[in-house]
Order: sequence, then structure tokens, then C-alpha cells
Amino acid sequence: MSRFRVDDWVGGILRSLSLVACVLVGSIAGFLVLESLPALRTLGPRLITDSQWYPAADATGGSFGLLPMIVGTLAVTAGAVLLAAPAGVASAVFCQFYAPRWVAAWYRKLIELLAGIPSVVYGFWGLVVLAPQVARLHPPGFNLLTGMLIVGLMILPTVMLVVEAALAAVPRSYIVGAAALGLGRWSIVRNIVLPEARGGIITGVVLGMARAVGETMAVVMVCGNVVRVPRGLFDPVRTLTANIALEMGYALSIHRSALFASGLLLLVMAAGMILALEWVQRQSVGQGAG
Amino acid sequence: MNSPPTGLWIVVLLGCCIGCAVPTGSGADGSGAAATASGTLQITGSSTIAPLISEIGKRFERRHPGVRVEVQMGGSSRGAADARRGLADIGMVSRALNEEEADLHAFAIAADGVCVIVHADNPVASLSDRQIAAIYRGEIDNWKQVGGSDHAITVVNKAEGRSTLEIFAEYFGLESSQIHADVIIGDNRQGIKTVAGDPNAIGYVSIGTAQWDRDHGAPIRLLPAGGVEARVQHVASGRYPISRTLNLVTRTQPSGIAKQLIDFAQSPEVHDLIEELSFVPLPR
Amino acid sequence: MQVVLRWLTDRRSWTDRGASVVLWLTAVIISGVFVWIVGDVVWHGMGQIELAFFLQSPAQAGRAGGILPVLISTLGILIVALAVAVPLGIGTAVWIAEFTRRDGLWAMFVGRSLDILAAVPSIVFGLFGNVLFCNLLGLGYSILAGGLTLSCMVLPILIRTLESGLRHVPNDYRLAAAALGISKTRCTVSILLPSAAPALAVGLVLGIGRVLAETAALLFTSGYVDRMPRSLLDSGRSLSIHIYDLSMNVPGGEANAYATALVLVLLLLVINGVAVGLADRWPGRAAPGKR
Repeated sequence: MSRFRVDDWVGGILRSLSLVACVLVGSIAGFLVLESLPALRTLGPRLITDSQWYPAADATGGSFGLLPMIVGTLAVTAGAVLLAAPAGVASAVFCQFYAPRWVAAWYRKLIELLAGIPSVVYGFWGLVVLAPQVARLHPPGFNLLTGMLIVGLMILPTVMLVVEAALAAVPRSYIVGAAALGLGRWSIVRNIVLPEARGGIITGVVLGMARAVGETMAVVMVCGNVVRVPRGLFDPVRTLTANIALEMGYALSIHRSALFASGLLLLVMAAGMILALEWVQRQSVGQGAG
Repeated sequence: MNSPPTGLWIVVLLGCCIGCAVPTGSGADGSGAAATASGTLQITGSSTIAPLISEIGKRFERRHPGVRVEVQMGGSSRGAADARRGLADIGMVSRALNEEEADLHAFAIAADGVCVIVHADNPVASLSDRQIAAIYRGEIDNWKQVGGSDHAITVVNKAEGRSTLEIFAEYFGLESSQIHADVIIGDNRQGIKTVAGDPNAIGYVSIGTAQWDRDHGAPIRLLPAGGVEARVQHVASGRYPISRTLNLVTRTQPSGIAKQLIDFAQSPEVHDLIEELSFVPLPR
Repeated sequence: MQVVLRWLTDRRSWTDRGASVVLWLTAVIISGVFVWIVGDVVWHGMGQIELAFFLQSPAQAGRAGGILPVLISTLGILIVALAVAVPLGIGTAVWIAEFTRRDGLWAMFVGRSLDILAAVPSIVFGLFGNVLFCNLLGLGYSILAGGLTLSCMVLPILIRTLESGLRHVPNDYRLAAAALGISKTRCTVSILLPSAAPALAVGLVLGIGRVLAETAALLFTSGYVDRMPRSLLDSGRSLSIHIYDLSMNVPGGEANAYATALVLVLLLLVINGVAVGLADRWPGRAAPGKR
């Protein structure tokens, strides 16, 4: 109970509002479970153990092995985050501490713009421009590398903008104090600002990673979509999302249910990755940084 | 606690949501049951046919003021399923109906050929049916084995379930599990762009789309099949061997405006629309 | 020239200089790539842009004519999505940051839910939205259904960024407010939220970007119809779906696909500018401009 009545009422209203998020997730998870029950019941562990993905309308014929695509999703996401996280943090640091004001403003405007470009456009650009370039290294250009590059590009704005907001919130007194002590610019950034903004950086990376896991249209256009565990950067891959996008319109009964099961699996994987990242954050946070 | 319990707030919130939904639910168009009586036609299904039916629908609306034709995508199987469940008045299916769908009524409105394409710079001008089958099975993997340059062949295949794949595989005597692909694509245009971007690629797409793109500068070449050149006209005349029909399906024998639309779509009055989108009108 | 000389001779360590070079290089490379992409769109789309493009309806499956109905539908979806997500988002973020214990059960629950929500693939949202909003709630394929589905997608972004911003507001403000006898509500509304407005702006920008960029989710909820919508309950396609259809489905639709993409970029510029401007001018903020 708080000092002011209004706080209790407002707190109550807000608590209900925030439960909407939980209800939503619960509904989506429930929806996925419901739709994938037939596949889970009849196929069960075959979803992992089957060696290939040649779905047929009935469970006896055809194979429903999701493993190559699970690896595909993990590989593309990991690669994209490995590219976008440092680049995003670097860009944010650049904007806040290194660039003259007008350069920073333009750079930020450019990045904000890119947050809104549809994945179709990124995919199209990847298909028509990037893939032929990658093909020069190793034909054809539709492989894991191209996928990582495109998805990394797509999540960069998310990471950069969130990290920048976190950097901007570091109290100016810290920076001024450090400068007064004679620290160089990079020292200040590395030893004072980045640790202080760690929470925001993790938030940015988490949001970016979430986006990467869920990306559909662009990966369909550049990854090659062959169901095979990739043995190198230049092998084609198919992600779980691409699989759903490619086949949902044409799938019946058990096939459809298997696709929903893959969606459920995706959700579980994404949740796992995010929880792991947040656990890392909790381990290292001591001071009050967000 | 002084404030009302959370539970009460949740109930109030839910109540508001449901309260808003009920009046809109009863007034919405095209939800739930098919709505022939009120003058709206819901058509869902194949993304290949969607632009065509969209245009036919617009012309139909101009002839029949008060009718609205709403077209949605979702894939051939979804079109058939929606028609069966009554979620749509008409379904769009870009292939022949299979045995599970035999209870539906199908009406062919256009034909579409499937042709093999390679890059325009590829010196190979034609391939025999046997060679194409061997390439797709992975038995031939270098262009020099069929008279081209010394480069590995990039095999482009369509995703499972697409009718183009089924027709292609059936004509060349392939099982889809036998096909060794380097790249798998979803839509026709993606296929064309993939082949156009790689001088060593081979793929197969709808003839109309390929012909249109080639005539407008895309660096691709259409290969003949069974000795017949790949042209839309040859599909129309029946000489070209690989083709499929584009169908509208309904659950029961159509009546009312659904029947009028289907008749309209099969009439010569929309042949120009069909040709504009590079399909082949069916002779009546 | 002077700048370069000074840069070479002042007393900075070489690590410092190295970092500077790396960061500038990163920024240049990234700008280069992005300018490449945007430039590609602008280059190919310029030819088709004229006033008629904005005022006419699509003809010939979109290859000719304009995009007016598509624009209107897109704006409708955007407005619905924001109208639902912004109040819900602000409320939830405020609650997490101010009204509940950081390590409490509630906060953990809601926090995890949000993160999982952020990771749901767009196509799953589309299918879910189709079942919930179109079928169960009876909205059919409509702008309303599309907007509601997108508000679900945008919620985690808004909440997380605003929550982060609120946490970064110095605690002194809260203590001072308590010392002055101001209720938490009042403090939040009048002091904390204005201070965190830049974070809200970031969340808005990202959210708007997500709404305009979304394709798969809208295909199943607001649909494919390219006619002028009569109300929020009509089906209407968004700019992104129009681009997808023209580039992937319709032979010869590429030219207009580029033009539509260009319009989308321009729309983004305008809307982002408005969003940032609004957040800066939030009642109670000291001065607009500095972010």
C-alpha cells in the first residue's frame, strides 16, 4: 500500500495492462501447441530423428526431419548477431562520441530509415545484387554467408538505435569526470560508458536476435533453401521460418501440423537463447545500470 | 490493499474487448460463412492466380455494381480447404485437383506452361529430355558434359508442393526425392532472377512469366521441351507438352453471383486480361 | 589539413587513434552498404514517381496506375497498430520500471513474455492473427485485424526501449519527488516520462519501421485487396505487400515495385520526423532538439 490512493489505482490498472503481454504470449503458444498436436502425437521424436524433410500428407510415408533446418536457423541467427552486435555497438559509439553533430544526425537518420525497409526489399537486393557478388567467391551465391549478411544488415538498425539510446543516458558527469582525470576518448568509452550502458546493449542485442530468428522473407530469397545441414559458409541452408513460408500454403493435414510444430520449436529455441542472454546479463550486472 | 484486485481489472478489460467485438462481428463482411446473399465474394488460394482473379474481379464489379470481389492469397491447398470449409466462396487452385479434393467442383479458366530456362550467355541452346532429367538427378553436374563450358551446373528447383514442381517432375519422370538441387526457390520471379544472376544455372518456371521477362531484357533463354519451342502460343495450340490448368473450385455446384463470376472468368471477355498476365486462355 | 596535423601530433595514445579509425571505418562501410540499397531503390523508382502515382488506383494488377488505396490502407494499419500499442506499451513499461519490484515475480513474468513475443516469427503472427482476429473475433480480412496483429508485434519493442529509458532516469528525480510529497503517478507523468521521451522516440521509430516493413503477418490478416477501403473493417493491402506482389508475382511489376518502395522510404522519413519531433516536444520537456 502506498502513500497515495491514486498510486494504488494506477498501479492496478497498469498491472492489468501489462498482463496483456503475458496473455498474448500464452495465446500464441497455446495456438501453436493446438495446431501442432496431431504432428506431435503421430510423429513425435521423428521430427528430430528423421534424416530428411520430404513431407507427405500422411505420417507413414515421407520423412519429417527438422534437424537440418534447426541447424540452419541457429547458424543464420548466430552469424547475423555476430555481425550486427559489434557493428551496431560500434555505430552507436560512433554516433554518440566520435562523429561531429551533423554527421551523427545524418548517420542516425539513415539507420532509422533502414529499420523500416521491408524484408522483401532487403531480400530482393540480396537476390539481385549481393548473391551474384558472393557468387564470385563461390558460386552460386545462395548460401549461409549471404543469409548471415542480409539478416545481420536487417537487425543492425535495431541494435544500433537501442544501444545509442542507452549510451546517451550515461550521466554526463561520469564522462566529464573521466576526461578531467586525463583519460583518452577510447578509454572513456571502453572503461566507463560501455560498462555503464551494458543493460541497454544487451537489450539491443536481444531485440536484434529476436528479429533475426523470426526473419522470413529475406532468408527465403537468399539462403538457397536446400534442406541440408550446412558444412561450411558456402552451403545452402533452409531456416525453420523459410520452411514455414515456403510450404504453409501447400501443406495438408499432418504436413501442416508438422509445420506448426516447427513454429513451436522455433519459439522454444528463441526463448531459450533469449533467456540465456539475460542470465548472462544478470550475472554481470552489479550496479544499477538498466 | 486499497485498489480493486487485479482480477477485477482483467474482467473489465476483457469485457470491453468482447463488447467491441460483438457489434463488429455481426457487421463484418466475408467472415465465417460464405456471403453470396449480401453481394460479396470471398476468393482465396494460389498466389499465381491471385493477380489474374483480382483484375477479373474488378472488371466483374464494373458490370455488376453492388458486388464486391475480395481476393486473398494463401496457396492452392488453402484455397481448396477454405472452399470446402465455407470460409471462401471460391478457391483458386493452380493445379489439377488431387484425390482428396475430388469432392470439389473445378472450373478451368486458363492454362500455363512450364519451361526450362538457362542463362542467356550459356552456349547450350537445347537439351534433350533425358539430359534434363539426368541434370536434375545429379548424374550430370558439369556443363561440358552437355556441350557447354567447363563449369559446375547450378540446379534450381522449386519448393515441395508447388504445382510447377509436380508437373515438371511428372513430365521428366523424376521423383521429387531424386532431385539434387543447389538452390530451392518459391515463386516464379525468384526463379527467373536466380537463373538470370548465374551464368551456370538451370531452372524451370512458368512460360508466360519467362517469356515476358525475356522479352523485356532479362538474360535468360527458354529451352524447348520434347522438341517443341517454348512459346505461349504453342501452349495454346497444345503442341507444347508441359502445361497445367489454373482452376477455380467450389464446394457445391455454384449459384448466384459465384456462378456469374465463374462464367465470366471462363468467357472470352477476359481473354485480354489472361494474356496480359502471360497465361493462356482456354478455347471454349 | 590543420585537423589532420592536430590529429597526428596531439597526445592521444595510439590505441585511441586506432579505435577512432576502426569506428569511422565501420560507419563508412555501413553507410556505404545502406546507401547502396537505398540508392538502388531511388534509382529504379525515380522514373515512375509523379503526382498521378499518389492519386490513382492500381491498374493491370498494379503494373500501371498508382497506389492511393494502398497508401490509405497502410496508414490505416499504422494508426490502428500505434493506437493500441502505444498506450499499452507506455502503461506496461511504466509499470515494470516504476510500480513493481525489479526482481519480483510479476516483472519477471511480463519481461520474459515480452522477450518471447519479440521472437515469434512474423508468419506465425500472421497465422495467429488470422485465427484470433479474423475468425474468432469475426473481423475477417480487415485493416483492423492487421493493425491489431501488428500492435502485438510492436509491443515488445516499445516496452523494452521505454523501460530501458525509464530505468536510466537518475534516481535523484524520484527521491526529490518523494521528498516533495508528489505521488508516484504524478512523478511519472510529469517528470520521468518527459525525461525518458528520447527512449520513447526510439521505440516509436523502431515500431513504426516494423509496421511498415511487415509483410508476412499482414498477408493473412489485412489481406491482398487493392481497392480503396471503405472502413477499418475492409481488407486492404499494405505497401509492403504491394511491393511483394509486384516483384514476385506479377510479370513486369518491378518498375512499380521500386516506385512503391521509394514511396515507402519517403513515408518513413516523414513519419519518423514527426515521431521524433512529437517525443521531443512532450509536455514538460525542457527544450526540443537534443537527443
